[in-house]
Amino acid sequence: MPHFRATVRIGLRPSVVDPAGDATWASAQRLGYETVKAVRIGKAIDIELEAKDANTAREQLESLSANLLANPVIENWRLELHGQEV
Amino acid sequence: MHVGVVVFPGSNCDRDVQWAVEGCLGGRVTLLWHSEGSLPALDAVILPGGFSYGDYLRCGAIASSAPILRAVAAFAANGGRVLGICNGFQILTEAGLLPGALTRNVGLHFICRDQPLRVASRRSPWLRHLSVDAPLTLPIAHGEGCYHIDREGLRQLEDHDQIALRYDPSHNGSVASIAGVTNEKGNVLGLMPHPERACDQALGGTDGRLILASAQAAGS
Repeated sequence: MPHFRATVRIGLRPSVVDPAGDATWASAQRLGYETVKAVRIGKAIDIELEAKDANTAREQLESLSANLLANPVIENWRLELHGQEV
Repeated sequence: MHVGVVVFPGSNCDRDVQWAVEGCLGGRVTLLWHSEGSLPALDAVILPGGFSYGDYLRCGAIASSAPILRAVAAFAANGGRVLGICNGFQILTEAGLLPGALTRNVGLHFICRDQPLRVASRRSPWLRHLSVDAPLTLPIAHGEGCYHIDREGLRQLEDHDQIALRYDPSHNGSVASIAGVTNEKGNVLGLMPHPERACDQALGGTDGRLILASAQAAGS
């Protein structure tokens, strides 16, 4: 079975307040990074999985993201499939 | 009354709930380990507060797929009374048994204090000993208690009288000051405040009894 590596990038939906991002932004301002205009904090999850092809891998990862890795009520996610390893 | 209290790795209010139900209210508690797949005959199930699975991924996310949650969902579908307190509330939203989600408090503080609340509804059997608009004081202790739901979801909560408790005043950024919600049927309640910490006058108040006493199913 082919082996895939992927990264799921998860962030709060734009409508959800991100107090940790706001605090980090404020800290950046205090350090003089005045060009920083906004900070939103999310997470990246690296995954290895086996699937018969890239489409199947993508389907499994989308399902996993919707059911466990992200909470669709408050979060969006983006899937990056890095390609197949032998 | 016979109450099942679910214990996850990282739960830390399970024994407090046990003391409140047994020591203060004269009921009986069976502790239920998260890996169990079925429930004994119970009047109610309580998911206690704590940090199940270390809050990994999101608060309540890992617990929502524990085997016992399938049994709790079936119990709720049959009309059984389910109460989620703090982390238990987070778990119920993650499991889809209650609407919305709980996110980081605005201001980022972990807030631990006695919190004034107001009763928004008494439709749920969990709220039958309360009066609408009555003030209530219960301890809170959470860092991720900011209730979030989109506008359409909030409208549905209001239309179906699912808002149970509101903070008065609000402190954590929750939509519509929401401190607790029920499912549409009313038999499942989730709330951030801790009623089990307010059942003994020695701890400063007994308002929590008004909620926990409703664990007793009618006629039992």
